[in-house]
Amino acid sequence: MPQRYVGLAMKRKEDPRLVSGTSTYVDDVVLPGMLHMVVVRSIHGHARIKRIDTSRAQKFPGVVAVVTGEEVAAHCGPVPCAASIPKMKNAQRQLLAVGKVRFVGEPIAAVVATDKYVARDAADLIAIDYEPLPAVVNPEKAMEPDSPRLYDEFSDNIAFNFGFESGNTEEAFKKADVIVKERFVNQRLAPLSMEPRGVVATYQMPDNELVVWASTQVPHLLRTQLAVMLNVPENRTRVIAPEVGGGFGAKIDVYAEDGLVGYLAKKTGRPVKWIEGRGENIAATIHGRDQIDDVELALKNDGTILGMRVKAIADLGAFYSLFTPMIPTLTGLLAPGCYKVPALKFALVGVLTNKMATDAYRGAGRPEATYMIERIMDVAAQKLKMDPAEIRRKNFPQPNEFPFQTSGGVVYDSANYEAALDRALELADYKGLRRKQAELRSQGKYMGIGLSSYVEICAMGPSAAMPGGGWETGSVRIERTGKVTILTGASPHGQGQETTFAQIAADEFGLEPDDIVTIHGDTARIPSGIGTFGSRATAVGGTAMYFAVQDLKEKMKKIAAHLLETTPDKIEFGVGKLVVKGDSGRSMSFIDVVDVAYNAVKLPPGLEPGLDATRFFEPSNFTFPFGTHVCVVEIDAETGEPKITKYVAVDDCGNIINPLLVEGQVHGGLVQGIAQALHEEVVYDENGQLLTGTLMDYAVPRAHDFPEFELDRTITPSPVNPLGVKGVGEAGTIGSTPAVVNAVVDALAPFGISHIDMPLRSEKIWKILKGRKAS
Amino acid sequence: MIAQNFEYTVATSLAEAVNLLQKHGGRAKILAGGHSLIPMMKLRLATPEALIDIGRIPELSYVRQDGDMVCIGALATHHVVETSGVVMRHCQALADGAGLIGDIQVRNKGTIGGSIAHADPAADYPASILAFDATIVTLGPKGERLIPASKFFVDMLTTALEANEIVREIQIPVQSGKTGSAYLKMAQKASGFAICGAAAVVELDGSGAMAKVAIGITGVGNRAFRATEAEKALKGQKPTTDLLKRACEKASSGVIALEDIHASADYRLDLARIFARRAVEAAIERA
Amino acid sequence: MHVKININGKLYEKDVEPRLLLAHFIRDVAGLTGTHIGCETSICGACTVLSNGLAVKSCTMFAVQADGADLVTIEGMAKDGQLHPLQESFWEEHGLQCGYCTPGMIMCSHQLLSRNESPSEAEIREALDGNLCRCTGYQNIVKAVQSAAGKLKRTTKVAAGD
Repeated sequence: MPQRYVGLAMKRKEDPRLVSGTSTYVDDVVLPGMLHMVVVRSIHGHARIKRIDTSRAQKFPGVVAVVTGEEVAAHCGPVPCAASIPKMKNAQRQLLAVGKVRFVGEPIAAVVATDKYVARDAADLIAIDYEPLPAVVNPEKAMEPDSPRLYDEFSDNIAFNFGFESGNTEEAFKKADVIVKERFVNQRLAPLSMEPRGVVATYQMPDNELVVWASTQVPHLLRTQLAVMLNVPENRTRVIAPEVGGGFGAKIDVYAEDGLVGYLAKKTGRPVKWIEGRGENIAATIHGRDQIDDVELALKNDGTILGMRVKAIADLGAFYSLFTPMIPTLTGLLAPGCYKVPALKFALVGVLTNKMATDAYRGAGRPEATYMIERIMDVAAQKLKMDPAEIRRKNFPQPNEFPFQTSGGVVYDSANYEAALDRALELADYKGLRRKQAELRSQGKYMGIGLSSYVEICAMGPSAAMPGGGWETGSVRIERTGKVTILTGASPHGQGQETTFAQIAADEFGLEPDDIVTIHGDTARIPSGIGTFGSRATAVGGTAMYFAVQDLKEKMKKIAAHLLETTPDKIEFGVGKLVVKGDSGRSMSFIDVVDVAYNAVKLPPGLEPGLDATRFFEPSNFTFPFGTHVCVVEIDAETGEPKITKYVAVDDCGNIINPLLVEGQVHGGLVQGIAQALHEEVVYDENGQLLTGTLMDYAVPRAHDFPEFELDRTITPSPVNPLGVKGVGEAGTIGSTPAVVNAVVDALAPFGISHIDMPLRSEKIWKILKGRKAS
Repeated sequence: MIAQNFEYTVATSLAEAVNLLQKHGGRAKILAGGHSLIPMMKLRLATPEALIDIGRIPELSYVRQDGDMVCIGALATHHVVETSGVVMRHCQALADGAGLIGDIQVRNKGTIGGSIAHADPAADYPASILAFDATIVTLGPKGERLIPASKFFVDMLTTALEANEIVREIQIPVQSGKTGSAYLKMAQKASGFAICGAAAVVELDGSGAMAKVAIGITGVGNRAFRATEAEKALKGQKPTTDLLKRACEKASSGVIALEDIHASADYRLDLARIFARRAVEAAIERA
Repeated sequence: MHVKININGKLYEKDVEPRLLLAHFIRDVAGLTGTHIGCETSICGACTVLSNGLAVKSCTMFAVQADGADLVTIEGMAKDGQLHPLQESFWEEHGLQCGYCTPGMIMCSHQLLSRNESPSEAEIREALDGNLCRCTGYQNIVKAVQSAAGKLKRTTKVAAGD
């Protein structure tokens, strides 16, 4: 049957409720008798808690309960971490601090009251006596033997060491004509979904039933973790992720507040709600990045890469959130980027500091890898006086070399890197840009062109690589009226699965997308699942759903074949009907087959009634989308202010279900990646005070910061899943950051610089303009 | 997100508001647009005992020309200032500045009186207020006072307003002759406040020389200031590229600049030089 | 204090604490939860509504300040089951992903188009300074506003009998 909907730029099915203000986010959930929780948090980066006096708050009218660390620790497990690295120190924390606080914003006490205004007032009445301790926020200082220690029970702040070598790097560096080295820093970022976190919980006796509404990317994972944390039977625990207002990785984690709300609902016997404020969000929702990479690249004079050595320091913050230790290890997997790097040595040290924990933020470990390889390629090109496009081209594996085993230890599924590079250069008029650049330089104007050819690791992922499992589920039920209900474990938060899954299923069944509803985000309705992150929703969740659809199609073919007196292999799906191949006169309508399945009288012998299938899909590999971005910046020669004047992105995410949504993902990713390059940074002072604690100081990019992006794509289907899709959620973020930095460094090439650290605030560029004469 | 509770009174006249301020003995705050105050209250950085809402006092959001004076009521919103024909005709720099404050929503609510009374060192208006030699008309227990702009901005978040005194009007002399003015800024990326903003008012004589030059700078020091050295070096001269550059090198001389995570003192001082020159150039262009 | 606020043509009245934020009045008193709250410092614009025709951030106003005001929230944009051209355009141009910023974006865009019926791309981008979106990269929001501007102009012309 021809594709009618897959590939079509369909408007989203979820949008009418979203544009009319009728959708339900967690804060819109109101339950009778509901209480409101406010959390009291540490104002110190590092301190011993000497005393907490809650007596005034307890007595405050309207307050129902006040809890502190010891009580909660006696009843609840710690903030969970699912990742593990050999010999890693166990830096877990309790839901509320016990004895010590280790970062600004760490929860110390919680108040619940009948009204959120009352709870807020009562929180001010809790008196905490601190003994401030020296803090350490710089990971390199934290590694020194005389550094303040975060955990008295550990000998130092080094959480773990991790590393590998593939190929012989020593030999590669010995043979090299040229060795370039540079330190690259990925600054700390706040994921900052527009909807902050939020939780509502009810606890019903005598069945011990816990129902939680949470703004989460992973309802099933949260359910399991909450059941364990709160000692509630998992089969009595239900997590509902209603409308979720963005996540970007930060809503994968299981947070202290999730457990606290559940615990307090149990304790008070009333529903409890907690909605995160933006200040809390910046201080106490996971951060991303914060990694230092010392990179060396060995090359031949013709630009051929021989080997690479990376020493990485990951600043993990004060404790482990769900995947904290694992994230920086992904940097090693992707270190070679889209190049043949025959020998690679990757050594990573994870360090504890007095800051919020880091974890997966859009890209999660791969932006760091892409940034360092794409930057060092430019540093090498500069040294070898090669064009940045040519040094890249020189080192690409060719299309016939896929599947391609990398020295990072993964197998790239499929690609044509050169085609994407060529298309991007063509679209940007690269040659014309270089001519214009030369012309402007002669007039004392600084314009730069930055390239980034990236590959990334998507469709997370094989369970062997994913703590807690990398599979996903899809259930498909054809209702008696012929309507189709899809249940997906890949719970979305803006990605549009309700639309894309309907497109896929509509084509498979020969139905209309309007006949199909995709349900998600409720553990009582969806049998099992993991969630949406790591660009996995379509590639893993979509595939599970696709296989469930195939099961039903096979069953329907058996029914039709039985009634049409042929064999199932002779039956195919047409629009609204099942047809005997090559004999269009012999057919049964879709609904008639459904009728037979449920009326169960005319079924073929041995076939069960009903049309309902659930599949778990375990991917055999990741997928590896790729592309090339070209960024053009102009620098204000006096103030240093960089302005992006052109941005071209050519991305290849395999087959495309809905181009409208793919472009939307790319746009959003670009803005986040560009904002890392230019503006965003979570800043702590040396005492661990958070200096970017509100949106007055943490710069989320605005519409006027960007030109109109020019997008195009190549399509290289993935062999890893039957849909041929690769994933596109993170590509824009991963590809764009180095393109921008490369452009700015390129603009400043006349000043003889080879690198500037992010974020590229005007002042950093101004210093270069001031400090040196252009050659 | 949730402010401490307070007593709320709607004042029907400024005189009543002054009385109410007196009654609360310094523990009350005036609420106009609320765009400086309410965010502080929500973070509990401000915890006034009472708010006196002057936002409903009729006839205080005017912009009108009164002889050789442009008079702007304290409750004129930034949007009103930004789009006022009178302001655009006679004091363009002020309109430029108003249009660069915050965003549409903030400009719809925030008022010129509230902004200058708050005296944020990175606010946009003070640069123009100084450059235009405006007069701030206030009302207090002792009656009305006229405060010259040069005396109004005292320090960070501190003005010459006395206890229980409220801004009533801003008066800007209508510029004579061939005059142009402009305000330019570099905004802090997160808040939109000025890392540096410069307003220039330039009057050209028949020969094309600068008969009058005034430059106000905000965002750089703990209060907005006039770049008097630069003004002196420009006054009476014909504007040449070289002169403007040389003269504006002095735009921030003697100033102790602010320093924070968004910009160092040195950078702010240099931006003052750059933006002073650019503002003068733009003002000349408009003269 | 007793306040009366008209929201989308319906009068809501209640005794409230002076500190009750307008955003909370809209959400908790009137039960209109389409208006969202995304920050504490008047930056993100998710809470934007029209108050007496002006786009304002309802988290930076106390409900008492809006006593007697006429408000329009996102719920008041569709008429007779027909989406407003801005709502339609956000849908058609994929101007939203998670949808959290969308009501504020639409209300602010409404203000822009009421003042400038055919804004340029740059004017739209500047006009959205007070509204943060973390998902869309803004490009399709800009397209949506442009598209809605076109539709609204056509509607006005039809209404004027052109």
